[in-house]
Amino acid sequence: MTFRRYLVLAFVSVSAPFGDTMLDQGMKHIGPVSINHLDTLFHAVSTPWIAGGIVMLIAFFASYLTALSWADLTYVLPATSFGNVVVALLARFWQHEHISLTRWAGIFLITAAVGFVTQGPSYTEHERQDAVPVPDTAMVPEAKEVCR
Amino acid sequence: MIAIQHSSLMNVVMIGCIVVAATFGDVLIASAMRQIGDLDTIKEKHGLGGAILAVITNVRFLCGVSAMALSFFSLLFALSHADLSLVVPASASLTVVTNTIAAKLFLRENVDKRRWLAALCICIGVVLVAH
Repeated sequence: MTFRRYLVLAFVSVSAPFGDTMLDQGMKHIGPVSINHLDTLFHAVSTPWIAGGIVMLIAFFASYLTALSWADLTYVLPATSFGNVVVALLARFWQHEHISLTRWAGIFLITAAVGFVTQGPSYTEHERQDAVPVPDTAMVPEAKEVCR
Repeated sequence: MIAIQHSSLMNVVMIGCIVVAATFGDVLIASAMRQIGDLDTIKEKHGLGGAILAVITNVRFLCGVSAMALSFFSLLFALSHADLSLVVPASASLTVVTNTIAAKLFLRENVDKRRWLAALCICIGVVLVAH
């Protein structure tokens, strides 16, 4: 793992919570959507908050894909989950909301999880993956860990 | 009383739809990226256009994106009915668990004790953060 790759994982952590918060803001403006009028969801995409949220989520998706090209899904997962910590910290230091002890405990657990995973290998190398790129990797029985 | 039960059932169904679609999407996309290979290497050889082309022409990736789109619209639908503080943490924590199981079963990732412990910590942590 290089410094640049850690930066990509950091961006994965930050971009998703910003995008989700913007989506929430947009949907609260629109109000409840009836199951009989699902086309409202498509109309919602053109509103500024939802559009902004989508742009942030596209940026998240690009960095997420990049990370998945050199790391396991279970290695990248803690980075995406760290977004919950980012939301809580934004609420505390930007919105000046009160954070309870329970919430700090949750933040500690998620941060600890990120610590556990980043100490280990980032990628499971499957045998013959380079030689046979097309078949489903789920069918390859032997797997070994490598540090990248 | 019946309205509350209906609302709770509705929340469970909405969150369930998000989790199932997101897990399918994540696993298919992770599998596609494994199939394509390191994007940094592809970018060095064929440029950014080559890397983008390699990704968007992969069938597994397109299926994964479709599942993620379904998850996204399920999220929008759920956010219009329930609170962000319920929908996002609940779906996120459950998706971590289902993704870890799916990564072990379908992607044959080496999910050791450390990663299981991390998934458990994240799951509990997300629930605590939501309180």
